Amino acid sequence: MTTTKVIVGLGSCGIAAGAGKTYEKIKALKDSENLGFELKKTSCVGMCYREPLVEIIDETGSYLYGDVDEARAIEVIQKHINQHEPVKDYIVYTDLFPAAESDYMDSQVKIVLRNCGYMDPESIEEYELREGYKAIRKIADEKIMHEAVIRTILDSGLRGRGGGGFPTGLKWKLAYGNKSEEKYVICNADEGDPGAFMDRSILEGDPHAVLEGMIIAAYAIEATGGVIYCRAEYPLAIKRLNIALDQARKKGYLGKNIFGIAGFHFDIYIKEGAGAFVCGEETALMASIEGERGMPRKRPPFPAASGLWKKPTNINNVETYANVPWIILNGATAYAKYGTEKSKGTKVFALAGKVKRSGLVEVPMGMTLKDVIFKLGGGIKNDKRFKAVQMGGPSGGCIPEFLAHTIVDYDSVTATGAIMGSGGMVVMDETTCMVDVAKFFLDFTQKESCGKCTFCRIGTKRMLEILDRITKGEGKAGDIEKLEELSHQIKENSLCGLGQTAPNPVLTTLKYFRDEYEAHITAKRCPAKVCKPLLTYTVIPENCTGCMVCARNCPSNAITGEKKQVHLIHQELCIKCGACFTKCKFSAILVE
Amino acid sequence: MRISRIYKKHEEEIVAEVDLSRLDHLIEKYRHKKGNVIPLLQGAQEIFGYIPPIVFEKISAECGIKLSDMYGVATFYAQFRLKPVGKLIIKVCHGTACHVQNANEITEAIEEGLKIKDGETTEDGLFTLESVACLGCCSLAPVMMIADQTYGKLTGTEAVKIIKNIRIAESKLN
Repeated sequence: MTTTKVIVGLGSCGIAAGAGKTYEKIKALKDSENLGFELKKTSCVGMCYREPLVEIIDETGSYLYGDVDEARAIEVIQKHINQHEPVKDYIVYTDLFPAAESDYMDSQVKIVLRNCGYMDPESIEEYELREGYKAIRKIADEKIMHEAVIRTILDSGLRGRGGGGFPTGLKWKLAYGNKSEEKYVICNADEGDPGAFMDRSILEGDPHAVLEGMIIAAYAIEATGGVIYCRAEYPLAIKRLNIALDQARKKGYLGKNIFGIAGFHFDIYIKEGAGAFVCGEETALMASIEGERGMPRKRPPFPAASGLWKKPTNINNVETYANVPWIILNGATAYAKYGTEKSKGTKVFALAGKVKRSGLVEVPMGMTLKDVIFKLGGGIKNDKRFKAVQMGGPSGGCIPEFLAHTIVDYDSVTATGAIMGSGGMVVMDETTCMVDVAKFFLDFTQKESCGKCTFCRIGTKRMLEILDRITKGEGKAGDIEKLEELSHQIKENSLCGLGQTAPNPVLTTLKYFRDEYEAHITAKRCPAKVCKPLLTYTVIPENCTGCMVCARNCPSNAITGEKKQVHLIHQELCIKCGACFTKCKFSAILVE
Repeated sequence: MRISRIYKKHEEEIVAEVDLSRLDHLIEKYRHKKGNVIPLLQGAQEIFGYIPPIVFEKISAECGIKLSDMYGVATFYAQFRLKPVGKLIIKVCHGTACHVQNANEITEAIEEGLKIKDGETTEDGLFTLESVACLGCCSLAPVMMIADQTYGKLTGTEAVKIIKNIRIAESKLN
């Protein structure tokens, strides 16, 4: 009989949801009652909205339990382990029968996330049991030449998953073609887009896959050194990467003559970022590794010719590398079977915002946005109306509801004015103000502009000032045109991707939600009721019980009224802080 | 808002108490490595919680890095702090997902609860409040991080309650 396994999901999201406590509780139960199951750890399986997740694998099959707090953990262990009776109400996914989240899991194609949530990320043995390091072994055993490896990646149609979408094989080919004693492979793990957490999950859940991808790239381009540039905001990812690196070194998978390939010397070190969004741009990233201010450099020369320390360098992001071992093992054709004509394979998306199921999904390219948001994401929270989806972070844009049939591939998303980006999908509903969203992103890019180019440094500042005025009710005729003019100038005259794409959030919202801008400027109204200075607060007499809570909480003493009498908000004194609305228990405050 | 990077004059007296010998190990490790400015500054901040002026001078003298280069790097990256911060940093996430789910309310509630503004430190030196871009826990939005612990699906009231409990736990430690 096989031992029953109890596996707790301990990714950042799981831990934040209390999975650490759940794990400790189960461990305590196991120890005190001397229970005969194996307790294991894994990372995030993508179902972040159901964390903490606990999977039980027994001789009948696999059962994934959701929302397992300490109380539920006790119940599940007692019933499932002790009495052999799975607790059906808490099962979110199983391969035995349809469960609450079956459609979420079954609509996905897991290539990049093949191991995330299915193994202990801190165990190299478990990675190897799941075909880990088999791809590089295949290359070594079958003596596959550099050109052939590059050809496979080219044929697979894999494009850079960091957002640019440049063909990965071509990048490798260029780097391979530039001969040098020293060459570098860099993994861009500086996932800075707010609203994106794909790379974090991959690094936390399957660090060895990224290392293997880098080793293969290093072999292909004949690199001598590797660097993973990871955000310092991801402590768990860095910890697991360090564990993975140590394990790989001990096994001789990093070092001299690795995998028995004579002359293939390669090692990787981690470089922690220091908090600068612009370092996601490849030339800025390399400047940062070199210990300088992370300011972009002019291209050409491209990194493939002159990159880190002026040596030929190949730089890809986390997700791109995680694809590589799978492609080498299964072949270019198997990979290219998924996707559209120009965008092959799968893409991982971080679904977040006003969507019911917020988490990580991997879907074949070509799926419609509507399917991703409604079929996988389960639709909008509290059944509000879907308004737009933001893709590509500060470099991307908002795709409106009427374009929800857009398919996810690089070219279709770009045609809407947004970009595929690294995979952040922030869903917005009718209560999201698009002018406020545009302001939010401009505020971000303005702060993160490195200051090298005037258009980016000052242009974004001027745009932010205009947006700030508009959201405060001080917008004036000509503001929209000024925003458009500045946008085009910044796009045309900035050196790097950050500046060239910074106006996208404004341009897309202007394109699809111009009426909202006009309502703010002309009617001094915020249709989504977000911009506080544009709102008026009044008491609904029928609902007011005269409890006096609003009056007591009003910081500007703008509310008067006797006990048990209808209260009144004096508009000339109201500072529009919204305290009365939040405090009122009887829905007696009307916001317009 | 990022934490202010400009020194106030009277703080230069405080930094006189910095024990520079604690830097020796760090300097030995990185002295001859290329691209060592950022790891040196990160290491120094790890030791002191921020980077005092005399630490710049010491590293500069030992490693032969120009002061201006180091200052340039330190002021470029959001991570580096040039003045002391509280024992625990409260990082309130203002990423996109948190923003559309009312992250402002969390910051405002903490500002009110701790009587400090964004970027400031409480009088007892326990907490510093900081807004950050994205913690990558978008599915639990809105979130905040205190030390290495992330708290999700917050409301303003809950955030303040969590902080109160930490303060109680901390006072028991002392």
